[in-house]
Amino acid sequence: MQLSAENLTCERGGRTVFSGLSFTVAGGEALTITGRNGAGKSSLLRMLAGLVRVADGRLVLSGGEAEATIAEQAHYLGHQDALKSSLSVRENLAFWTAYLGGAAEAVPAALEAVGLAPLASLPAAYLSAGQRRRLSIARLVAVRRPIWLLDEPTSALDVQSQDRLAGLMQTHLAGGGIIVAATHGPIGLAAPRELRLGQ
Amino acid sequence: MTAFTALLARDMRIAIRVGGGALMGALFFLIVVTMMPFAVGPDLNLLARIGPAILWLGALLASLLALDRLFATDHEDGSLDLLMMGRMPLELAIAGKGLAHWLTTGLPLVVISPVLGLMLNVELKALGAVALTLAAGTPALTFIGLIGAALSVALRRGGLLLAVLVLPLTIPVLIFGVAAANAAILGGAAFGPPFTILCALSLASLVIGPFAAAAALRFGLE
Repeated sequence: MQLSAENLTCERGGRTVFSGLSFTVAGGEALTITGRNGAGKSSLLRMLAGLVRVADGRLVLSGGEAEATIAEQAHYLGHQDALKSSLSVRENLAFWTAYLGGAAEAVPAALEAVGLAPLASLPAAYLSAGQRRRLSIARLVAVRRPIWLLDEPTSALDVQSQDRLAGLMQTHLAGGGIIVAATHGPIGLAAPRELRLGQ
Repeated sequence: MTAFTALLARDMRIAIRVGGGALMGALFFLIVVTMMPFAVGPDLNLLARIGPAILWLGALLASLLALDRLFATDHEDGSLDLLMMGRMPLELAIAGKGLAHWLTTGLPLVVISPVLGLMLNVELKALGAVALTLAAGTPALTFIGLIGAALSVALRRGGLLLAVLVLPLTIPVLIFGVAAANAAILGGAAFGPPFTILCALSLASLVIGPFAAAAALRFGLE
């Protein structure tokens, strides 16, 4: 499996954020996107997730499902956690698992993987920022999708949770998955390739 | 559980939990209809004559009440991004959200309308007919409202814009809804033709609403 971008151009609000961007990520590889604020890290991830229009250039995924778009084979972990306060931890995860096409049996194990199993019946309104982050990470574990698009995945996480996330990412890479992560610092992966925006 | 039923169940669950808007529409409907006799006076003949119009106007306003938050909350917490990344077409997801909204907001209006009809001196045998027109017409209100909700998703004071955008589009529904209800209550005109047109409006909006709303969402989130 290989995800490649050729001469990507991104325009937001009439301004060109970046242009002529090309890169390739193969299965089992991680790519970190760095750069100053406003360089287009989040825009690039949202473009890969199909949430921002590709102004010019193209994105190609080879070796994936031919019928599905890149967005349908990707997980997007953005700045917002996509959780509903009035639903419990378990209900939140069970919904996204069912919606994104996973099996209901995967929910308890995924909660266990992010250390939220003891809080499963608690309404999400009572979670801390780090716990909310972990709950949205659980979505990545519960539903198998080969591409992970992570926007500053370690924000709000404590050291133990960062280690846990690093472990989950390594497992994903070992299974042939792709990770594209926007970050300002190390995210706990051994040797990620780096794409520096805004130069 | 399929993606569609999961979304339907989740939206209904949120609506009936604390802070959800499930019964707000029905309560608003109750208050509007209760206040009307105080405004126009206790003339029973007059109330019976304008009763269907009051019921329909109340239902129209009540069904728009919670609609502006339909996509706005999903937009604010990032859920909308993920809804767009599902395997299910966005149009179908929007239809699911619309259905959940109708079941929690529109259906209660239909259920309490006979009680409110009594307060407006609507004849017993006509109560069922009025409820029937509301059952046939409120889906149109919800699914036309989806378009306005999708257009106003990224705006902070979207509620007002929603009403301005949607209310003119609901005029045909109001006309044929009241015409069918009046035919049932007052007699004179046939019930069938306006009621069939009302059903047709609902069916057409069931199809057009989700597609138009999906186009508006895709365009608006660029």
